[in-house]
Amino acid sequence: MPENCIYIARSSGIAARALAGEMMVMNSADSTFFTLNEVATAIFQAADGRTPLQEIVRDRICGQFDIDLEQAQADAEQFVTELSGHGILLVSNQPLASEAP
Amino acid sequence: MTMMATAQKVTCVEIGGIPIALSTCDDAFLDLLRQRYDGFLSASPPEFELGFDLTRTGPASDDDVRVRREGDEWLVERGDFHARLNPRTGRGSVRQNANPYSLDSVMRILHSLIVAERGGFLLHAASAICDGRAYLFSGASGAGKTTMTRLAPADVTLLTDEISYLRPSADGYAAFGTPFAGELAKAGENCTAPVAALFFLEKGPENRVDELPPAEGIRRLMRNILFFAEDQDLVEKLLATACDFVARVPIRRLTFYPDARVWDEVRDFERNFHGVPEHA
Repeated sequence: MPENCIYIARSSGIAARALAGEMMVMNSADSTFFTLNEVATAIFQAADGRTPLQEIVRDRICGQFDIDLEQAQADAEQFVTELSGHGILLVSNQPLASEAP
Repeated sequence: MTMMATAQKVTCVEIGGIPIALSTCDDAFLDLLRQRYDGFLSASPPEFELGFDLTRTGPASDDDVRVRREGDEWLVERGDFHARLNPRTGRGSVRQNANPYSLDSVMRILHSLIVAERGGFLLHAASAICDGRAYLFSGASGAGKTTMTRLAPADVTLLTDEISYLRPSADGYAAFGTPFAGELAKAGENCTAPVAALFFLEKGPENRVDELPPAEGIRRLMRNILFFAEDQDLVEKLLATACDFVARVPIRRLTFYPDARVWDEVRDFERNFHGVPEHA
């Protein structure tokens, strides 16, 4: 297992729906609403708590979108930090059980 | 033993097709209820009963409202009121002072909870009936909601200049008039019509109607829905409702120059629009 692995999981306190390639996410704690673009949606959907973020970026982002790996990893970490701050994603350096169905 | 009985006076107010019996033992407050909701008083059997207990707490508050489940009940709290409603039994209570602004806030929030469970929602939007169909006009403060209602021709029926009441119907959604007034300080008419379109308003040098991508429609819609509940099930229901609404109701951006000709644009929209929304 690589050092400094980040694991991400979707929080149970959210409602999410995909529409026209974008993900609509609402936090039930404070009713804040987010729309995720295609790349962010790919990360959100892959947030199973078991797959390291680095692997998600390599396989799901760089594999499908024309993005440089280093830049994609930096963007993904910033995105994950932002969404975890709003209670949408859970972040850990150990595998997590995803709360969302 | 001394026995005491306090006479409760009751009036039934029906907004959005949902009759609620409001009871109080204070004659002056009863008068306030009847005046405030004149036009929405109803003889229908109430679906809910709310008892008002008047206090001497401060005036209407700008504090954030907190809405959460406590067992079977909804609990709604703000600095100037405290309300409980059990949607299963239909009974609830409100503790507030006698000011009409707190009363309106309580009624809006409780209706937002009741209607959300039935697949509807309250929207920060003006609405009006034109040629038998309801048009909704939403947008940020200052976008032109009240202006649109002021510019409406005489044959247009105002449903509200502030809070629109939407419920699902057999062929889409229906808009209901509400007594919740904004700048116009005038209650809407107590009637209903099928929704023809939702316009997000922007002022500009000329009148034009533009399509909005569905995701943008949802974004704007969610921004303007009145919803306060910290409740997972209801949040999921609301998001599903919003997606359904966007799929069934045409949503457009209406850029308008504030004169009466904008209503020609509204009438033309219905005449030119055939079939279901493109993104359904």
